[in-house]
Amino acid sequence: MKILRIILIILLIAFVGMQFVPTRRNQSNIVPKTDFLVVNNPSKNVNTILQESCYDCHSNNTDYPWYNKMQPIAWFLEHHIKEGKDELNFNEWDTYSERRKNSKLNAMIHQIEDEEMPLYSYVLMHRDAEISKDERQTLVAYLRILKKNHE
Amino acid sequence: MKNLKVATAIVAMAFVSLTTMSCRDTKKEDLHDDGMHSEMPEEGNHDDSMMNHENSMMDENDSIMNHDTSMMDHNNTDRSNTVMDSKMQNSDAKQVVADYMALKDALVATNKEDAAKAGKKLESTLKGFNVSSYSAEQQKELKDIIEDAMEHAEHIGKSEMDHQREHFKILSKDITDMVAITGTETTLYQQFCPMYDGGSAWLSRSKDIKNPYYGSKMLNCGKVEKEIN
Ligand code: HEC
Ligand SMILES: [Cu+2]
Repeated sequence: MKILRIILIILLIAFVGMQFVPTRRNQSNIVPKTDFLVVNNPSKNVNTILQESCYDCHSNNTDYPWYNKMQPIAWFLEHHIKEGKDELNFNEWDTYSERRKNSKLNAMIHQIEDEEMPLYSYVLMHRDAEISKDERQTLVAYLRILKKNHE
Repeated sequence: MKNLKVATAIVAMAFVSLTTMSCRDTKKEDLHDDGMHSEMPEEGNHDDSMMNHENSMMDENDSIMNHDTSMMDHNNTDRSNTVMDSKMQNSDAKQVVADYMALKDALVATNKEDAAKAGKKLESTLKGFNVSSYSAEQQKELKDIIEDAMEHAEHIGKSEMDHQREHFKILSKDITDMVAITGTETTLYQQFCPMYDGGSAWLSRSKDIKNPYYGSKMLNCGKVEKEIN
């Protein structure tokens, strides 16, 4: 029993200690003119899906409910955001060349169709980010039209 | 057993209190810019309490300034104006085509490891591509192509077969556009299969059709669309 107590105390200390390790927060209240939604002005439906399911990792502003601020979740998220923004930053959409836009649209369509995005591990924690089959279809249909216009 | 209960209770209490604490104030957290995303406003970076009042104004300025920087990066100015004979293909351009062909052959053979290796090789060749011998306009176009193609090559270097093929499709367009600028000393054939992803093209050194999108399943789907000399 004593051993168990020691283990628990160590775990507790580790957990508490973790909370003091700072993580970089990804927050901004400025929506630049180059933002995907500003430039393309999609339907309200598409707008909501993208913001709730994709913008947390692919823009300069992440929504942080309490569990996203707790360690070690915050670390995982920080990592995803960095990688995600490297791939695609919706806030910077209009700074991409036509070629890059086309590439990104193609990748988005595939990622959504193949159910690779939003990342499964994230959806597990963050139910708001989940997208239904219908929503996937809506999004893909919209992105396909957009892609046609960029070809 | 009592000890266990006490310990568990402590953990639970700590969890709850920390949760409330961590909800306090996001703005206070440090935000460091990593340079990659220079337009990320440095909100909350002003630890100095003297400056807190001006915070919102500062943020605005920061983001505008940062934004300008990023725009400049994208409008990279060109230096050289030397025009190049389009028939003469420089060694970087030759190597790109060679790496691309190795990649295509690996996809034809449905060999994920070789495709990944070829993708990495192509990525490094593209990275070292010297565009200085082209006209300003060509340089701009080439840089755009290289940036895009490098990303596809990078992903091919670390992905599963299906995903490699998705990227290969767009990469093929990049390389085709590149060859249109750099020219080619050996004849290339642009081939096309209507089956894959609403119709997809690729380049080959040979007239014979060996489809890279399906491997052995549909090796012969496609036809020669264009001969590039
Ligand atoms: C939890 C964070 C997260 C969310 C939410 C998220 N992504 Fe991603 N995304 C990533 C990460 C990390 C990568 C890079 C690694 C990878 O491809 O798995 C990525 C990569 C991508 C890529 C590049 C894929 C490639 O391989 O070419 C696209 C396109 C993309 N995401 C689109 C989306 C879209 C569209 C949504 C919303 C439906 C979305 N993402 C939601 C984290 C996220
Ligand atoms: Cu990829």
